[in-house]
This record gives sequence, structure tokens and C-alpha cells, in this order.
Amino acid sequence: MKPSSEPIFWMLFGGGGMLSALIGPVLILVTGILVPFGLLLPQDTMSYDRMLAFAQHPLAKLAVLVVISLFMFHGCHRTLHSLHDLGVHTGTGAKVAFYGVATLATLLTAGLLLVIGF
Amino acid sequence: MPIDTTTRTIEIECLRYDPQTDTEPHFSSYQVPFSDDMSVLEGLQYIKDQLDGSLTFRWSCRMAICGSCGQEVNGVPVLSCHTFLRDYFPHKLRIEPLNNFPIIRDLVIDQNDFLDKLESVKPYLVTKLEKPLAAGPHLQTPQQLNRYYAYSQCINCLLCYAACPQYGLNSDFTGPAALALLHRYNADSRDQGWQVRAEVINADAGVWGCTLVGYCSEVCPKAVDPAHAINQNKVNSAMDFFGVLKLMNKGGTE
Amino acid sequence: MSRYRSTAKTAARTYMQPMAGWWTKNPYFVRYMVREGSALLLTAYALVLLVGLWRLSQGAAAFDAWRAALASPLSVVFHAVGLVMVVYHSYTWFDVMPKTAPDQPIDPKLITGGGIAAAVAVSVLILAALLWGAP
Repeated sequence: MKPSSEPIFWMLFGGGGMLSALIGPVLILVTGILVPFGLLLPQDTMSYDRMLAFAQHPLAKLAVLVVISLFMFHGCHRTLHSLHDLGVHTGTGAKVAFYGVATLATLLTAGLLLVIGF
Repeated sequence: MPIDTTTRTIEIECLRYDPQTDTEPHFSSYQVPFSDDMSVLEGLQYIKDQLDGSLTFRWSCRMAICGSCGQEVNGVPVLSCHTFLRDYFPHKLRIEPLNNFPIIRDLVIDQNDFLDKLESVKPYLVTKLEKPLAAGPHLQTPQQLNRYYAYSQCINCLLCYAACPQYGLNSDFTGPAALALLHRYNADSRDQGWQVRAEVINADAGVWGCTLVGYCSEVCPKAVDPAHAINQNKVNSAMDFFGVLKLMNKGGTE
Repeated sequence: MSRYRSTAKTAARTYMQPMAGWWTKNPYFVRYMVREGSALLLTAYALVLLVGLWRLSQGAAAFDAWRAALASPLSVVFHAVGLVMVVYHSYTWFDVMPKTAPDQPIDPKLITGGGIAAAVAVSVLILAALLWGAP
């Protein structure tokens, strides 16, 4: 039996799982509920100017990249295994597709962060 | 709690399968008189002795140590000697053979696949050099004993395999009990077999076949906690994959 | 093939129970599938953020359009469901964390409790920073 390549994806899955367990709920609460409804937080919390300034900071860029990338790897890894759980055959093709989507999202995020500039 | 010795009657539905006449199983229902001190196994024995001698099931010790009498009772894997009819009354019991194994007849499953897996994890002390008798015993501190003691309590009853959907979905998966026993020996201070067991542990069908459903540990009658044995070894297997174990000089060579 | 010979005299014909619908047959498995299902919502949320970043790179008008879309009923329902599912993910993540930790003499409940406490603390901290202060 050859060694599984799973450790690579499991580490990314674990990183995303931990990060989303810590800050997933609060992120969704802020961007998806509080800000759209104008609840609790200042009105300009997610204004274009503030978000642009945020996305131009190098540390914030790193944070955005890590959040989107790890969430995607976590989600794709789990969904791939869920397909197997539901009896769908998931071979190499499915693996390439799912982790490919997560990789693509990571590259897109990195690209956009560069486009936004410093 | 005082034992209620009055006799009541409970309905037991048993899965029946005769390989010579049946293409698929069916259920037969029996009315079984019972008292508070009767186990599910004793209920099955009543059926075999008094109602239908053809009912086939495994049992031996009647005291939750031999691991022979595992059954699904109402969809939950249990040792039938360790489960009491009174806890189901007034509802009926539906008894089936353990999930995820081929049914040979009635409640009897084919365990061969597990035996192969048990053998594959080398469930014995592996040492580089045989220690001569004159060198005295292998001393262990209580802490060293604690590291593997819980995992050594496994009685191979296969309830954890019946509880594991990953084994059901893909029987290549080495599975809970065998991987827990693998860890039991790896965690033993007298053992130097990490490398010879690495092939099993690091494979897709090794610890990576587990998605931490966790039900194996729930149903284990001996509190072995296979889910813990497997999942802490995902960390070890990942460290092995990235070469960290070698750096830490763990597990010796070859 | 097993090197262990079947003990059954009739040997050949065994019956295998089908796996279809296995997870509906036990509440424990239903909870497991909900836990795994939380990943779909998390993935979708990451994509929402990615779209937001893309709109941000296109300028104020595009970004404000994305902000307006976030306030649409569909978006609010999605985020409300996502919030519930990701909270459940968070709880289950810390609930099973002791299983991944090495054998230790401490109570597994402390690991779970510590993780949940950390999640609550980080959440409060982020909300506080947004409320009073972050530039």
C-alpha cells in the first residue's frame, strides 16, 4: 500500500476547520446580517473607502487570502468526502476537480489582492 | 434497584437468513417471557430452546469479555449479553446481525475480513533485538502503561465495525478495532514497530479512511475509544508524511 | 481473499445488507451528515467573500452593488442559514477536537470548553474592534 496523499489536504482542511470554527460565525454575522441590516455596528463599517483601505494593508491582504483559501479547502475536502458518504464514486477526477476549485479560488484571491494594490 | 422477578412478555423480531433457501433475509417474530434479570442473549436462548431451534447466533461467555454475541438491537450495535430486555419493554426488539459484514446465517456474520486486518497491523510487540531472558523483565512505569492500557482492552467484538459507515462504504478501510490495536502497540514503550506498521497506518485505507464519525467510540463496550486512537494518528501519519517524525527520531528505523 | 477459511459449512452464499440511506437510520449519523453539510455553506460563504473582493477591485459603484445584493432577502436567508450551520460546525469541531489531540491526562471537556471559549472570545474581540476603533 502506498502512502496516502491525504495529509496535505487534511492539513488544509484542518486549518480551515479551525479558522472557521473560531471566526466563521462572527464573519457571517457581520458581513451577512449586521452590516446589511445596519445593526449594532457603525454605518461605515463596510463602506467602500474603509474596505479599500483595509484591503490595501499587507497584513489584511494576508488575512483575506488565508480566510478565503482555507475556508475553500476545508469546504471542498469535506464535500468531496460527503459525496463518498452518499455513495457517489469519487476517484482521481473528483479529487482534481474539488481541490482544483479551492486552488483556483486561492489564486483568484491572490490576484485580486494584487490588483487592489498597496 | 430491587430486581423485579415477575414475568412479563416482550416481542423479539429476529432477522432470519438461510443461505440454502433464501435470496434475502426476512424477519420472524417471537413472544418471549422475561424477568428483569434477563439479558437480550438470554431472550435469544429462550427462543432457540423453546420456540425455534433453528435460530442461529454466536455467544460464549455471557459476561461481556469474549466478544462473540454482538448484535444490532433496534439498529444499535450491542453485546447482547450486556443489554437487558427490561430496558426495551414495553416496546419490541428488532435484532439483526452486526452491520457491514456478510451474513452467513440468521444473526451470524462472516468475520474473516476483520481477522485479515487484525493480522495486518502486527498486534504484538515488535522489537529490533530479542532481549535475553537474563537481562530481566521489561520494566514499565505506570505512565508508560497508561499510554496504551485503554486500547489493550479491545475484545474484538466488532461493534465498532458495525458502527462505522466508512467501513460499510469501503471495506478496504482497516477499521476502528484494528487501528486502535495498531496504536496500542505503537504506544507501548517496549515496542519499536512504528516503521513496520507505517505502511498500514499511512495508507488511504489506514487512518485516512476515517472521517471521524465517532460512533465507534460510542458503542464500544470496553471504552477503548478507537476514534481517538485513529485520529491522533492522523497527526502522526501527517508528521511522517512531511518527514517530521524522522527529525524527531521517533519510532526507530526500518 | 481472506486466508481465514469460512467456518460456515454452506460457505458460499452470504448476504450483504445494502448501504443506501445508511445515514437516515441513526440520529447519530444524521448529526454527522449535518456537520459535514455545514461545509457547503462555508464554501458558498467563501465564494461570497471572493466576489466581494472582486467587486472591491472594480471600484466604488461595483462594490456598492455587491453591498446592496447582500441586503437582498435571498442573501439574508442564505447568511442566516449559514450562520446556524457554521455555529454548529464550530461546536462540533471543538467537540471532536479531543479525539485528534494526543493522549493526555486532562479532561477532554476542558479541550472542548477551551476551544468554544476561544471562539467566543475572538468573536467578541472582532465585534468590539469594529464597534470602537479599528481605523
